[in-house]
Amino acid sequence: MIRFEDVSVTYEGAARPTVAGVDFEVPEGELVLLAGPSGVGKSTVLGAVSGLVPHFTGGTLRGRVTVAGRDTRTHQPRQLADVVGTVGQDPLAHFVTDTVEDELAYGMESLGLAPAVMRRRVEETLDLLGLAGLRGRPIATLSGGQRQRVAIGSVLTPHPQVLVLDEPTSALDPAAAEEVLAVLQRLVHDLGTTVLMAEHRLERVIQYADRVVLLPAPGAAPVTGPPAEVMAVSPVYPPVVALGRLAGWSPLPLTVRDARRQAPALRTRLSATKPPAHTPATGDPATVTTGDPAAAAPADQGTTPATGTATTPATGDPAAVTPGGPAAVAAVPAGSRVAGAVRVGAVVPRPRGQAAPTPGRPPHRAPRTPVRRSFFRRRPAPAQEPPRGHLAEIRALSVRRDHVQALRRVDLTVAPGETVALMGRNGAGKSTLLGSLVGLVAPASGTVDVDGAVPLRTPPQDLVRRVGLVPQEPRDLLYADTVAAECAAADRDAAAAPGTCRALVSELLPGVADDTHPRDLSEGQRLALALAVVLTARPPLLLLDEPTRGLDYAAKARLVAVLRGLAAEGHAIVLATHDVELAAELAHRVVLLAEGEVIADGPTAEIVVSSPSFAPQVTKILAPQRWLTVAQVREALR
Amino acid sequence: MSPGEPKQSCGSGRAAADRAHAAVTAERSAPRLSPGRSHRAALHPGAWWLWAVSLGVAATRTTNPLLLALLISASAYVVATHRSPAPWARSYTAFARLALAVLLVRVLFAVALGSPIPGTHTLLTLPEVPLPHWAQGIRLGGRVTAEAVVFAAYDGLKLATLLICVGAANALASPTRLLKSLPGALYETGVAVVVALTFAPHLIADVQRLRAARRLRGRPDRGVRGLLQVGLPVLEGALERSVALAAAMEARGYGRTAEVPARVRRTTAALTLGGLLGVCAGTYGLLTAAGGSYGLPVLLAGVGAALTGLRLGGRRSPRTRYRPDPWGPRAWLVTGSGAAVAALLTLASVRDPRALHPGVVPLVAPTLPLWPAVAVLLALLPAFVVPREPS
Repeated sequence: MIRFEDVSVTYEGAARPTVAGVDFEVPEGELVLLAGPSGVGKSTVLGAVSGLVPHFTGGTLRGRVTVAGRDTRTHQPRQLADVVGTVGQDPLAHFVTDTVEDELAYGMESLGLAPAVMRRRVEETLDLLGLAGLRGRPIATLSGGQRQRVAIGSVLTPHPQVLVLDEPTSALDPAAAEEVLAVLQRLVHDLGTTVLMAEHRLERVIQYADRVVLLPAPGAAPVTGPPAEVMAVSPVYPPVVALGRLAGWSPLPLTVRDARRQAPALRTRLSATKPPAHTPATGDPATVTTGDPAAAAPADQGTTPATGTATTPATGDPAAVTPGGPAAVAAVPAGSRVAGAVRVGAVVPRPRGQAAPTPGRPPHRAPRTPVRRSFFRRRPAPAQEPPRGHLAEIRALSVRRDHVQALRRVDLTVAPGETVALMGRNGAGKSTLLGSLVGLVAPASGTVDVDGAVPLRTPPQDLVRRVGLVPQEPRDLLYADTVAAECAAADRDAAAAPGTCRALVSELLPGVADDTHPRDLSEGQRLALALAVVLTARPPLLLLDEPTRGLDYAAKARLVAVLRGLAAEGHAIVLATHDVELAAELAHRVVLLAEGEVIADGPTAEIVVSSPSFAPQVTKILAPQRWLTVAQVREALR
Repeated sequence: MSPGEPKQSCGSGRAAADRAHAAVTAERSAPRLSPGRSHRAALHPGAWWLWAVSLGVAATRTTNPLLLALLISASAYVVATHRSPAPWARSYTAFARLALAVLLVRVLFAVALGSPIPGTHTLLTLPEVPLPHWAQGIRLGGRVTAEAVVFAAYDGLKLATLLICVGAANALASPTRLLKSLPGALYETGVAVVVALTFAPHLIADVQRLRAARRLRGRPDRGVRGLLQVGLPVLEGALERSVALAAAMEARGYGRTAEVPARVRRTTAALTLGGLLGVCAGTYGLLTAAGGSYGLPVLLAGVGAALTGLRLGGRRSPRTRYRPDPWGPRAWLVTGSGAAVAALLTLASVRDPRALHPGVVPLVAPTLPLWPAVAVLLALLPAFVVPREPS
């Protein structure tokens, strides 16, 4: 159906081809996944199928791409519109009309189909994608998952033989992603549609793929094959594959189900060698866990917020360590706890003023046994600092935005050194909550207190030293046209010593030249630059909104290392994310939001284990035992 | 918590399930029962626009504040009962605010800059700024008379009514929906225009977002400098989005053309060009004193040729229409009611200019002329003949 014959694409002004030696074929009715690290040219390959590369983007395409027998050299994208349906990364940029029904019809109108046919296909597609209830809705009012489904529907109505999707689930919460993937599955199975898609979140899609085309490195020829074979050699792989590789399972499992079949041996080994590392941390938290929001919320308010976070871990501590089992285990945390306490003691008094002496710390700490740190870190900090047990405190916060109640009586406290993950559906109020912590959003009622200040009323130059936010689109923070200028501006803004920001950039992003334009950086590099800019002011509270959107596994691992280092230094971190694997690796606490309310707030292990959609793959595989990440398992097996 | 609760919640759960089931069956059967009625607009968007524009025309015929207020109330009533829940319907509030601002600015100017209206009732005397002799005719400050203020208020109210009428059209039918009624040959240009129009709201949203983001860099998020500094990133972002949209449209078949015989193409070009020339010549003829005899026929011939050209040109585009809005008796009624208001007020302004333009010198209280007021009430007709949009 799709055939690449020795294709290479060179964009104008580029020294070498973006992709080279691409030679593969996608048979009819298969779902093929295009995988690879960021910047290897996945989008270019996808664009070549619809003819947008090179007709629309410019550049030179060598070789030949044929789709359903049509050569893209001689066919413009609009002439391929009846055989190829393309959905780009941002569905919003895809919509031409304002309502769902009109959008579904737009493509067919362009192709000149008969009105009766259009009517029938719109109705069919509405049913197929479960959009019937939304048909008259303005697109601007839809949620992320709904938009993605409308975008897919809008290219389905002309009945294309080929569907090309660029990161269809990256911006979606786990449930919405499953919704979209179920639709794709149905198209492939029932209608025989050929699907070619690129996706970074392999854990979500690998199980649906018939074949994988792996682009291992920029300009390298692709590796094609069945998913299990390709994953065995791939530089990018989901946690289930990582665990399979670690345990030496063969064949390599791709789904949680396959992995569970092979897991009993590993489970017994793990339970024999060492009890799961984080039972101590999860021993106490019966106070605030999942369950009835109505029941949880008053309980939360009942304890005074100052003691809320401080006492819960503290009382849990002795109880937790005793059942923790072997003395050896207890000894390790005890030893590092002292170290942790000292470090916090050194960091917390610092907040403003003498920021300069320790600019480049965080990344160095990163590689050290982060897992253990994650559960004792929370405790010493409040104990050391009795007068201020929390860095940020939100009480009974309600926010209205555009006639919608975005947050309802939310309570949240964040302690120094603590990492909190905010999770929940698209539109649950995560970004609004982060925005209210930096004063971007005015509360309708309730109070927000960050480091003793009210964010909304604090002048920006003062606020950056208390709290920093890396927004969903890191580009929003970058105005200058070179990295060096950006850094100089950041130093001025934060009144930091010249060179502070540049030093941070060099650590987070080794090998980036001063004169690079921020726009030319990859998604992950841009995030790192924005993070450096924010960290220049050394805010004790760091907020990140969807930091892993569009990041590959390597970039994600670097980010995790950096953030762990920061947490170890005493920074409090709050991240809003859909990425359960990220939350499992980083967060001490998970706060679940739904419709603007906190429905669960507790230690990561507690919350994610109890939720089928928020549980990371490792947890699902080793289910009765409570492991969260491959790193934990690796550590335990050592 | 209470022992009764599980039972209760179970009961309510079942009730909810029943409701959901009922909703599902209703949803399934709805298309069968009334195909196309449930979710489609009840009226052709063109009818709403014609109605609103007619009210605007009517507003320009009078300065009587009572009649203008009546016009505003009538249109506002229709908007309140018939606007869709869509986001673009919220623009009515924006238009109302703009109208208020126009009114205030008009009055402020009359107060600050003086007015040519002679008056005897001095309200207050502002300190007058002496201006050099070359600025003669311009006055800053000075006496403010009640006559001048009232005149300015009447005038401002007329403009405000006009704006509110345009706002009503926007709230009742999005301009994009009008597009569907464009002739095929103009459709693609129309899409381009609409995309360009949506560029502005996106741009404003971007500016707001980026100005807010300045706060995160520790820079003041208010003030003109902030606006200037985000200018470039905003334009870059908007441009990128436009390019992405263009790529998506291209990939979805925008601009596909059908093969048309060369003969038809040439005829189209000739008809369109000739028609436009005819329109120009005809208009010139109508407006000059000498061309009274040939003006109208040439104009009509030109319009006819241009329309035929457009129709033929439509053959080049293979587009079809998905569920075009039908122009039914309701559309005629709505358009007719608007046209009647405009015509009757025009007539009244000729017959009874004094009632429609209440005097300011000498200052008299405006009275409500009976028949024009009844005519304005005709504008309420759509509120009763058009079924309400499902919310």
